[in-house]
Amino acid sequence: MQPTAAIRARGVSKTFGDVIALDEVDLDVPAGQIHGLVGPNGAGKTTLLGVLLGLAVPDGGTLEMLGTPVGRALAVPGGVAGFVEAPGLYPTLTARQNLAALAALRNRADGRPDDVDELLDRVGLHEVAGDPVRGFSLGMRQRLGLAAALLGDPRLLVLDEPANGLDPAGKRQVHRVLTDLADAGATVVLSSHRMDDLAALCDEVTLLSTGRVVFSGPLGKLSAETGDLDHRLVTTDPERARRVVRTVPDLRLLAGRTSLSSGDERELVVRGPEAALDDLVVRLVAAGIAIRELGPVVPPLEAAFLALTGADLATQPADEESAR
Amino acid sequence: MTATAVAAAPEVQPVALRRVYRFELVKLTSQWRLRLVFLACLLAPGIYTAVVSAQTSLPADAVYGRWMNQSGWAGSLVILVFMGTLVLPLLTCVVAGDVFAVEDRIGTWRHLLVAVRSPRRIFVAKALAALTVTMVLLAALAVSSVAGGLISIGSHPLPGLDGHLMGPGALARTVLLAWLSIVPPTLAFSAVGLLGSVALGRSPLGLLMPVVLALVLEGVQLMPVPVALRVALPMNAFIGYRGLLTTPGQLGPLWTGVAVSLAWTMLATFLAYRLFVRRDFTDLAHDGSARHLVVAGLAPLVGLTAATAVGVVAATGATGSGIDRPKLEDALATSFSHLYVLQTEELHRPEVTEEQLHTTATCDKGGDRVEDLGPGADWRCVVTWTLPGATATGTAIYQLDVAADGRYVADGDGPKEVNGFFQIRTPTGDAPNPLWQFDGFVDLLDNARKGQQ
Repeated sequence: MQPTAAIRARGVSKTFGDVIALDEVDLDVPAGQIHGLVGPNGAGKTTLLGVLLGLAVPDGGTLEMLGTPVGRALAVPGGVAGFVEAPGLYPTLTARQNLAALAALRNRADGRPDDVDELLDRVGLHEVAGDPVRGFSLGMRQRLGLAAALLGDPRLLVLDEPANGLDPAGKRQVHRVLTDLADAGATVVLSSHRMDDLAALCDEVTLLSTGRVVFSGPLGKLSAETGDLDHRLVTTDPERARRVVRTVPDLRLLAGRTSLSSGDERELVVRGPEAALDDLVVRLVAAGIAIRELGPVVPPLEAAFLALTGADLATQPADEESAR
Repeated sequence: MTATAVAAAPEVQPVALRRVYRFELVKLTSQWRLRLVFLACLLAPGIYTAVVSAQTSLPADAVYGRWMNQSGWAGSLVILVFMGTLVLPLLTCVVAGDVFAVEDRIGTWRHLLVAVRSPRRIFVAKALAALTVTMVLLAALAVSSVAGGLISIGSHPLPGLDGHLMGPGALARTVLLAWLSIVPPTLAFSAVGLLGSVALGRSPLGLLMPVVLALVLEGVQLMPVPVALRVALPMNAFIGYRGLLTTPGQLGPLWTGVAVSLAWTMLATFLAYRLFVRRDFTDLAHDGSARHLVVAGLAPLVGLTAATAVGVVAATGATGSGIDRPKLEDALATSFSHLYVLQTEELHRPEVTEEQLHTTATCDKGGDRVEDLGPGADWRCVVTWTLPGATATGTAIYQLDVAADGRYVADGDGPKEVNGFFQIRTPTGDAPNPLWQFDGFVDLLDNARKGQQ
């Protein structure tokens, strides 16, 4: 039977001296999926990506990539490409020379030469193909790094923060390249700090914290992991709105503003289940108070990230009542 | 999106060495810094030789410096003197000393490893690429220096370091061999550059290691260290070619220099290789460590030097400075007799041969209270010779400045008509007096005459 997992890791561990970078990590990434890797700084994302690219060898556990067991450094199977930390580019070479030199290093499975210009066009760098990379912005380097990773038609692409430094148009272009790849059957594993990027791209995510997997699965399931979300409420009459909030069962009024709030003096922060928020809206309307804004202070995915990694504790506002 | 089946992928073989080598060459030759260095190597020696050869004030401190306006080959030999002191160590810094460090500086190690999949092949390709570029630069220096001299002065005969006259053909061969003889020490410094580059990563100290080593060894060479230690250092190989400029050739120092340089090359390259393949490339902040370099890099090289010095003592019995009175007297008498014949020819006097002159020299260092051993500017020698058919012997006095590396400068102190004036009046006009000042050298490893003292 043919394997269906592009990556299958079991109990993968890696330590650097006293530091446990990866602690019994299990990871399953089906073929053809865009899989996000997320976690706070020092969670082990880069180490895991390094292991997937063969740059580091796990101290323990088993790793199978594209159906091939991986046991040595730099012994990942053909068809695996990508970059960690930042794409490695040579500043004295032009974009085209960088790709051409790398293309000369690689053997495509079908034996055909890579079309460097087509790749540059694909990532939106055709017009600057003859310019030395030393003058490139971070976003341009990211896109060129992606083009370099695409050399040889990889079947598994491992990318570290591919959208880092990209403007909205560049980000959209990169997203399109990655989704096209996945549609063609390739697997993409990418890390990002930006939950909106992951939400836009990924089928599933794995959340790492201090070297451990704290969540792995579909994004919808990750959102559901979060409890009641904090919502920002902006009305025309904050004082009356505050009184209305206190009348709604299961809804709490939180004191102080979170670090993510807008700074608007008319803003209230409330926490409760969706039903309680619906009830609040009905009561505010009935009381003749116009609602200018009611939305989560932190997007659901980000809230889940903060909750699961324990990073939300520092920014947790206190109940207004208990603060008094 | 649903999971699709993946066929098990075969493990990919590392990229072929020739491809990685080509990649490294592309990277090296794309650097403007290296292009400028190449241009400098191609132009500077030629311009220097052409300009200085046309001056009245010549660089007499350098071997053959005082001959630069007499023969086009002298300029190349003068450039050769500068090569060993700083130029080649500096070039190896720029090329080999940076070939690994540059990947640390621009953060491309992981990228390169993922692409090539073999640290061993990366090491070999980088070392070969650095070697190729260094050899191209060396060739440019050689060609430029020879071309500059020949174009500006022409291919004229030149006396060897024992005074015998060398024709253009012999000079061409000797100059070519002399340039080839500095390839092994250049390789040794390149290997040290690789070692520094691998061991210290982005640290500028790694980049400068060949130059730092050259300066240290230069300092050691200037001191009156035992000859066994002197020839055990790769720096000495840069002057081994001087043995090619005598007849018969004094090739002991040359071959010893070649062997020492190759031993340094192999050991330093092996140490660099070992450090490289053991490196943890997941550590992006790698800047190496000085302690690591000392323990895993420099200590073995110091050990090699010590072992070589012991080997030299065992093989040649050479002790002390290698400079003593019999050697100096013999070298001076030989040079004088050759140059006397040359002077005789230039003055159109009756023909005489070296054998007919029965030249001898008597030297003394610093008077009676100083032992006649070792380098110094206080050697005073009296040369005597006999002309065929004459009953009286001629005498000439020389002050000798003998350097620790065996080279000496003989400065004529009279009589005026033999060696006391810088020019001689020939039938075709004034010409430099070959007996006034001349360079020579003693073979530090030649102990054959020691017993005669």
